[in-house]
Amino acid sequence: MNTMELLAWARGPGLSLSLIVLLLGVTVRLTEMLLLGRKTDLSEPREAHSGLYGWRTVITRSLPSSCVTFKRLAFIAGYAFHIGLFLIVFFYVPHILLIKALTGLEWPGLPPWLIDGVTLITLAAMLLVLWYRVADPVRRYISRFNDYYSLAITFLPVITGYLAYHRLLLSYNEMLVIHILSVELLLASFPFTKLMHAFTLVFSRWYNGQMAGRKGVKV
Amino acid sequence: MTTSLQQGINAFKEQIDAPIASFFNSCVRCGMCADACLFFVETGDPKYTPIHKLEPMRKVWKQEYTFWGRLMAGLGISRKLTDDDLAGWQELLYDSCTLCGRCSMVCPVGNDIAYMIRKAREGMVASGHAPEGLKGATYRAVTIGSPMGIKLPAFRKKVEIAEQETGITIPFDQTGADYLLLMSSAEIVEFAEFIGAMARIFKQANVSWTFSSDAFEATNSGIQIGASDIAAELVQRIVDAAEKLQVKYVISPECGHAYTALRWEGPNLIGKPYKFKVIHILELLDQLYQEGRLQLEGKDSEKLTFHDPCQIVRRGGVLEEPRKLLNLVADDFVDMPCSGKWNWCCGGGGGVSANPDADELRLKVFNIKKTQLDATGAKKLVTSCSNCRNMLEDGIEEYGMDVEVVGLAETLADHLVQTENKQET
Repeated sequence: MNTMELLAWARGPGLSLSLIVLLLGVTVRLTEMLLLGRKTDLSEPREAHSGLYGWRTVITRSLPSSCVTFKRLAFIAGYAFHIGLFLIVFFYVPHILLIKALTGLEWPGLPPWLIDGVTLITLAAMLLVLWYRVADPVRRYISRFNDYYSLAITFLPVITGYLAYHRLLLSYNEMLVIHILSVELLLASFPFTKLMHAFTLVFSRWYNGQMAGRKGVKV
Repeated sequence: MTTSLQQGINAFKEQIDAPIASFFNSCVRCGMCADACLFFVETGDPKYTPIHKLEPMRKVWKQEYTFWGRLMAGLGISRKLTDDDLAGWQELLYDSCTLCGRCSMVCPVGNDIAYMIRKAREGMVASGHAPEGLKGATYRAVTIGSPMGIKLPAFRKKVEIAEQETGITIPFDQTGADYLLLMSSAEIVEFAEFIGAMARIFKQANVSWTFSSDAFEATNSGIQIGASDIAAELVQRIVDAAEKLQVKYVISPECGHAYTALRWEGPNLIGKPYKFKVIHILELLDQLYQEGRLQLEGKDSEKLTFHDPCQIVRRGGVLEEPRKLLNLVADDFVDMPCSGKWNWCCGGGGGVSANPDADELRLKVFNIKKTQLDATGAKKLVTSCSNCRNMLEDGIEEYGMDVEVVGLAETLADHLVQTENKQET
């Protein structure tokens, strides 16, 4: 299989396959989680509308709090790479065109020079996060293979996209193939790794906020 | 596999619900919970990272409730939970967690880690890995009715003393009273002045109340050790007494875990809603003041601060009342930095105070409370949990600090307008 054939496979069957694994896998994991259910809380809630507290926490947990002690640089790096990934995936014009081809939805993108800068920041932030995981005693102690693997497969699409755009190391088409395949690896890995948090954190934040909300505490 | 290990695994399985599964699914090992835990912050030992304390339960969740984990376990790729794992985790789940819930406030993916630890302890009890001190307290709670082993005659004696001191007849077993007042063990043993303080407050506010001979203690060792059957039995005794006396309200005393047990876990433990309401003593005092039934006079001029008991404030929701009440009787009330729902624990909640294995560690991590206290410069520390009060006094003595610890309800009682004065004016 030459580069062009591989590119065609990656853009066609490869993409479909990875999307199927993603959708099926995520569905299985969310289903096996929700099927566990929970008992009805028979205690009397403090406030009638405490149910809204769950949704409140879904939003507020994305914001820093003044009483949370954190390692400042790692905290900023964490924000930087999440926001960076979001901008790259959803606001780089070729990505929007792909999403349009798949779903028919489209929106305005950001200028390439801005995406270029965001990409560099994102890459730097991910390296910082890796350094922090290796160097900090707590992070090193609690880390597993999953953590390093997840970071690596998130890093790959970003670096290969950057290299392809700037025609570095390999020809554009060769790098593009690696880029698309690395994205597919990321998509197909979702259900088996901690990347799942992108879906489940809505549930975990909601449960926490809702349970505390019944007691009248905004968490 | 030993029977006890299987029982432990079964108990873990029974406790794992959709929230817990979502928490394990969401954790990204960012480690931010470590910085929220007094045990990690004061020791710097990564084993005290809160989410790490849940490893045995995570293993059971993964191998029993996820397709991928079941496959790996079935193929023999992942290691099964062993009795040694559980023995090793006893220190982490009991000695170094007060269920304070501060980690549950900071987790960026929203994990309620304290909720998980509370449930993980059920597996530890079932597999025989709970600390001896807590086992003893729980045994006494079931057999005698009090973790500190206080029997009715001893309590009656304390009440008699309060009657002599106040000149007020204290009601016992009065059917049809509005409120049933409960006590914590520590109050009866060490802070019995609470009884007289309540009698004076309720007399002035004209509250119809009673003690019960069948249930006078609210302390619940069952929820601390993680034995829901025992916790349910202890709650049921109070429910039976309240229903027998046909009271409208049961007053939860100045005791943190008693409030969690009675107000929030109770109906779930016994499997049905109450026929009465549970009100915390601070909520009631605030309500009485709002209704103009509590006449207070004079204000303390010295600087004082307030220690928020985790189970009453962060995990209980009685947030504003303590401050409103304190400001009624204090001119110079200052909050500690990061107080209220962000407060640092006294170090002895969640059964740690009843667990001598944890004594040394508890006093070491008290340093964080000391730092918080020092920042205010206050020499008087008010709190509303008798267990916190004990732990605070212990820590203050250990660190050679010059700070007096007092209860909030008694502080208010000290400022009651004397009836004689009222008649004169």
